[in-house]
Amino acid sequence: MTMKSSTRQVDGVTIVDLSGRITLGEGSVILRDTVRDLLSKGHKKILLNLGDVTYIDSSGIGELVSAYTTSKNQGGELKLLNLTKKVHDLLQITKLYTVFDVKDDEANAVKAFNK
Amino acid sequence: MRFQGLAARRLSTQGTVHLMLRNRVSYTLDSTLETVNNAEETAGRVATEAGFDDEEVMKISMAVREAAVNAVLHGNAYDPNKKVILAFERTQNDLVITVRDQGKGLDASKIPDPLAPENLMKTSGRGIFLIRSFMDVVEIHPSHSGTEFKMIKHVRGSADSKEASQ
Repeated sequence: MTMKSSTRQVDGVTIVDLSGRITLGEGSVILRDTVRDLLSKGHKKILLNLGDVTYIDSSGIGELVSAYTTSKNQGGELKLLNLTKKVHDLLQITKLYTVFDVKDDEANAVKAFNK
Repeated sequence: MRFQGLAARRLSTQGTVHLMLRNRVSYTLDSTLETVNNAEETAGRVATEAGFDDEEVMKISMAVREAAVNAVLHGNAYDPNKKVILAFERTQNDLVITVRDQGKGLDASKIPDPLAPENLMKTSGRGIFLIRSFMDVVEIHPSHSGTEFKMIKHVRGSADSKEASQ
């Protein structure tokens, strides 16, 4: 299953609903292009909804890190929403779980962005 | 034998099955992204048929994926003249998987620790760490003619597995 991405706006926050696999190749490229496109258009509050992400590899983890630092470097904010157990465990063992701002409730996640 | 047959049929359309013995099967594969995906998928099938549970299957298939990524990208650098050799062997107590490339040879001692604070936000360099995290034994054998990753997962309940966990 390849990755799919769609975006929606909620109270000034861009929620990116991702589904499928974030792996080397298409999945990583779609994530990279989506985040870069949003930032270039001035959408600097980005919430990545990973609830339907079924699989992520080291390339995908790297892409999440890249999305986070790119957003931060451009004055934006990027948070993660609805981690599956697989993704949660991967971020734990790579010590990235505490680096990312991880949320499990969409409404609260949206409110957590700086107004 | 059953797991070998299924796995072999799946991958044989993508490369060359050059050895299929009673408990061992190996493949010669092109240095492509498709090889990475197929290696992962085949590892999942082999691990399932060897009796591992879903979580262990995920770990094994991910370790094989990362080793295949390493072979295709960093070892062979997508060179169409260089191959990746993938092998699965079911011993009494273990599933033994090897992934070998034909690159210049990896110096594992030069790979930075991805958990070190200064490396935490790097966008690459976690593949070998994940392989080591997911498999019971990992040996990296570099040479001038390529690098071999030997990855072992103990079959739960075997005598060796119990001893190893103590």
